[in-house]
Amino acid sequence: MTDEMDMEEGGVVKKFMFVNRKAPYGTIYALESLEVVLISAAFEQDVSLAFVDDGVYQLMKNVNTDGIEMKSFSKTYRALEGYDIEKLYVEKESMEARGLTEDDLIVDVQVISQSEMGDLMNEQDVVLSF
Amino acid sequence: MLHIVNKSPSDRNSVDTCLGHVKPGSAVLFIEDAVYAATKGTVAEAKVKAVMPGVAVYVLEPDLNARGMQGRVLDGVKLVDYGGFVDLVTEHSTCQSWL
Repeated sequence: MTDEMDMEEGGVVKKFMFVNRKAPYGTIYALESLEVVLISAAFEQDVSLAFVDDGVYQLMKNVNTDGIEMKSFSKTYRALEGYDIEKLYVEKESMEARGLTEDDLIVDVQVISQSEMGDLMNEQDVVLSF
Repeated sequence: MLHIVNKSPSDRNSVDTCLGHVKPGSAVLFIEDAVYAATKGTVAEAKVKAVMPGVAVYVLEPDLNARGMQGRVLDGVKLVDYGGFVDLVTEHSTCQSWL
């Protein structure tokens, strides 16, 4: 192990939030966010994922991408737990505006209000938007 | 005329503007992120239902399935596959894409 990596071991842990506001597959945002989230896991930071507006569509169950010849990344959300990324927050208002409930989502999440989401965003050290 | 929309109704106003311009006898096809407009409980639901008496509304099934939205489609909206998409284009003299 290099000296640089040793320094990282004792590094500062910051609060990172990834804010997801785009529907999956139509644009690359959702997949790119997921890639960066997985990279961030390697740095042992305090990571939270927020799903707001069309971002809640990223967590839909029963995704079948066979017909559009794109790889589905739905199952990756389930794997996040294995990388110690367990803080997934979904905004209640966004879900309701799309006729969705918690049962429609592929992973266990914490459903919180817009106001509570605002508080969470407020207490982060770094916020990354997708 | 065939109107084609590919943007989410809760992200852009493309669906809204399209539905505001569409005339009876025309058809609307929702593809890509616009498939959400054809599902229940969204901001677009009332507006889609409002045009449906005179306008045929279609949704591209592969895009619907890719988003896990199968089984949530509004009553009266017809599902088409890629072959059906091509048929719609040939059946109408003109197409307009609302990007």
